[in-house]
This record gives sequence, structure tokens and C-alpha cells, in this order.
Amino acid sequence: MIVSRFETAMNYLLLIVVAAFALAPIAVVLFTSVQPPLGESGVALGNYAQAWSEGNFARYLRTSLLVSGTVLAVALVASILAGYAFGTMNFRGSGVAFPLILVGIMVPTEAIVVPLFYDLRTLGMTNTLWAVAFPQMAQSIAFGTYWMRAYFRTAPRSLMEAAQLDGASERRVLWSILVPLGRPAIITMTVLVFMWTWNEFLIPLVMSPNGAYRTAPLALALFQGQHVQATSLLAAAAVLVALPVVIVYLFLQRHFIRGMLEGAVRE
Amino acid sequence: MTAAQPSTRERPGRRRARWWRPWLYLAPALVVYGAFLLYPLVRSAQFSLFEWDGLGTSTFVGLANYADLVSDPGLRAAFGHALVLIAFFALLPLVIGLAVAAVLNRARVRGLGLFRTVVFVPQVLAMVVVAVAWRAIYAPDGPLNAALTAVGLDQLTRAWLGDYTWTLPAVGLVGTWVQTGLVTVLMLAGMSRVPTEQYEAVRLDGAGAVREFFALTLPSIRGEIAVALTLTVVAALKTFDLVYVTTAGGPGNSTTVPAYEVFQRAFRTGQVGSAAAVAITLTVLIFAINLVINRIVEPKESR
Repeated sequence: MIVSRFETAMNYLLLIVVAAFALAPIAVVLFTSVQPPLGESGVALGNYAQAWSEGNFARYLRTSLLVSGTVLAVALVASILAGYAFGTMNFRGSGVAFPLILVGIMVPTEAIVVPLFYDLRTLGMTNTLWAVAFPQMAQSIAFGTYWMRAYFRTAPRSLMEAAQLDGASERRVLWSILVPLGRPAIITMTVLVFMWTWNEFLIPLVMSPNGAYRTAPLALALFQGQHVQATSLLAAAAVLVALPVVIVYLFLQRHFIRGMLEGAVRE
Repeated sequence: MTAAQPSTRERPGRRRARWWRPWLYLAPALVVYGAFLLYPLVRSAQFSLFEWDGLGTSTFVGLANYADLVSDPGLRAAFGHALVLIAFFALLPLVIGLAVAAVLNRARVRGLGLFRTVVFVPQVLAMVVVAVAWRAIYAPDGPLNAALTAVGLDQLTRAWLGDYTWTLPAVGLVGTWVQTGLVTVLMLAGMSRVPTEQYEAVRLDGAGAVREFFALTLPSIRGEIAVALTLTVVAALKTFDLVYVTTAGGPGNSTTVPAYEVFQRAFRTGQVGSAAAVAITLTVLIFAINLVINRIVEPKESR
């Protein structure tokens, strides 16, 4: 099809307008974060250092890393194992167990957080890694099992049978053949789970009332409460909290976007 | 790890006998999922039938907490606000996404990959980060008011997050910002799957761009629209951190939402049963909306 030059120009204009709409607030924050105090000029990178130390972000980013790492490690392994069973084996009860897990994808955090807090408080388990990480693991396992099952269903059956005839055990077929082959699916899941866990707010807010497991987004909200007027300091803190996820996203965005799209239409 | 056993036990024919094998693989997932998602969900339903302040003894009240959803103006308002947010989180991005994708789809533009990466960025930021950023933008002396003044629209400037009529739309617009990129990329992906021959056929029939869009493009991407609506409507209904950070439900209760009411009631005002009832209602609503969207938008035959 022949597209006129005017139309091409309008298309690029549209691309730029939409991209600008997405980027403008981010640009505002980045710009604000290096604003010097009133009356001075130049670029004040000191805001970052000040936000970093005043907001205790070294500690909270560490907590975030610990929580995300724990959730990721357990959710990944559990989802791969469960997806393998659902995707490659025929067994009684799968028709009940799988829909039950699917339900978890739709259940909002709000629906589980109230009893989680009161029941774990009774057990003396609030303010522990358990209380903060395990509910998020459960949510990620719901998605991950669905996701990995979809991969294992499409995995080449002939390869699996050949390996089994050669005497490979189920476990070996899984870890030595299917998992390496499924790297794209696994990477997408890793990015999504890491992002969700890193960005989660309600669960760490409720499950660690004394702040022992306060994650970076919570620390940012708290920091905002204490520095309502210090806009540039706040902006710098916001950038610090966003940076890890943005870096992961920019490195793996190809996988991430493709994963989102494939997962979206696979149904 | 022991090496694989090269015994006859591994032959496919024997697998059926060991019925528990799959359950061994499922065990870790089922245990964590059952204990930290399914069980609390059931407990929430149970909580919702009681009146409890979180400390003392609880009283069975049957469905009274649910009856409150209708009669309590605060809760009614919260669900009403959620509907407004759906317009901003789901409908507006859908309209924008469809329009942008429809225009871009037929043209060969370079830089589409970069465009996708850029418009997706709001999607990966923590809502708290987004909320802090937009609070600064909406501040009385913030960039939005400054921009309005600069173009001579001084009379439009206001305290965006302190105004009874404007705060809810202002919060909603943040949702539009977050979701538009996701929806646009989904729509583009759907449209790029439509075979070019079909477009040529429609054009040969004498259809213009508008008829082409409604007769061919729109029906072809029903699946993608369903997915986009599901994701964005659920995001609108689950809005918590955005409200918590930007407005805390205020001014008055003009921006409170169901998820925020759950938090307030369960952990601030000692109405645990009521909080659970709101949470369960929210969950049922999300399930119902998923069902309806998939019924309406998905074509009869499976894709």
C-alpha cells in the first residue's frame, strides 16, 4: 500500500504524542529530582545522596531484594514442578486441582489480607519473612502454574518419549531437557514475578506492622509523609525505588512484552 | 541428586500404576497456594459473617455486613468511585489504544519497537512511585498548574488533589496514564495478526477506512479487547496504593474506593467483619466481570 508523505508525517506525530504522554511525568520526576534548593542553580545530584541516607533506602532495598528473591526462588520451582505435572501427565483430580489454582489468578490481595493478618498474628508470625513472602508466593504460584503448564503442553512430546526410552527419569526429562528448552517462558515469568513482588504494597504494609520487613515502596510512602514539602528529595527517592525494576525491564523488555502478549492471547 | 535409574521401572507403560507421582510434583505448589491463598479466602468469607473489632470476641451477624454495603453511604460511595475509575482505567485507554493502533497498523512506521518499549514503562513502575510522581505534578505549585498558567488558562488551576469535584477524575487520569500503553500495545499486536489479504478484500468492496475498522479490524481483535478490558477493569477495582498515597480517600470521602475501605475497616477502625464483606464482594465482582467480558467479547468458536 502506498502511504502519502502527509500520512507518514501524521503517523510519526501520533507516535511522538503518545510516547510523550507516557514519558512526560517521568521526565518531570527526573528533572525535579536534580533541582537545587531555592536560589541556587545547576544540577543537584546531592538530592539522591540525601534521600538515600535520610530515607534509609539501603536497608529497605535490601529487604525488597530479600523478599523478592525468596518469592522468586520458591514460586519458580513450585510452578515449574506443578506446570510439568499439569502439562504432561494425565491423572485423576487434575480437572479439579487446575481450575482451583486458576481461581488464584483472579483473587485480589484485598480478599486474603484480612484473615492472613489476624490468623498469623494469633500464631505470632506477623513481622516475619513468612508473613510477607508466602502470600505473594501463593499468588505467583497461581499465575506461574498456569503459565508453565501452557509451556509444557506445547513442549515436544516426541523428545520426551525418546528420552524416556533411553532410560531418563521423569525428573531428568524435566530438568535436563524441558527446563533448558523453556528458557523464554521461564524468563518471562521471572520478570513478571520479580516486578509484582518488588512493587507490591498492601501485603508488606499489613503483614509487617512494626516495619521489620518494610520494603522499598513502603519506605517511599513513609518518606513522602515525612517530606511533603521537599519535592526534589521525594522525586529522588521515587527514582531510587523505581530503578531496579526499570533496569530489569529495559534489559529484558523484549521477553517481557512478548511474554505479556503471548500470555494474553493464549487463554 | 542421584543419577537417573536406568531400570525398567521408568517405562511409560508402568506409569499409570503410580497414581501419586503427579501429586508429588504438585505438592509444593498446592501446599503454599492452599495455605496462603485458598485458606485465607475461605476465612475471609467466614469473617464476613461476623462482627469483630479485631481484639475482643466476635458476634455472628449473618449477612448484616453485606446489607451494609447497600445502606452505608460510605461504602456505596466507594463502589460508585470504583465505577468512575473503571471509565478512566479501562474505557478511556481502550478508546485511545484502538485509535492509535488503527492508525499505526496500516502504515509502515519505523521505531515501533522503541515505541512499544516506551509506552510500556508506566506499567512496570510501582504504583507508589507513580503516585508520588503525580502528587508532585498535581501540587498547587506543581508543573500542571504552571503549564496551565503559561498558556493563559489561569482560571483552570486548582489544588487538584484537594478539590471535591476534581480529585476523583485527577486520580483516574493517573490510571489512564498507566494503562494506555499496555492497551495500545495489545491492540497493535491483535491488529498485526489480521492478514493483509482481508484488508485488500474489504477495500475492493469499496469500504473506507472507517467501515474497514468496524467491519474487519474490530471483530478480528475481540480476543485482545477482552484481555485488555479484563486486565484494566480488575486494576481499577483493585486500586489501593494509588489512593493510599495520593489522597487517602479525601477530601472528605470523595475518593475512597472499596480496596481502601477494606484496609481502613480491617486495620484502622476495627470493623473487621465489614472489611471482609467488602473484600468478598470485590472478589465476586471481579469474577463476574471476567465472566461477562469474556462472554461478550470472545467470539463463539474458540480461537
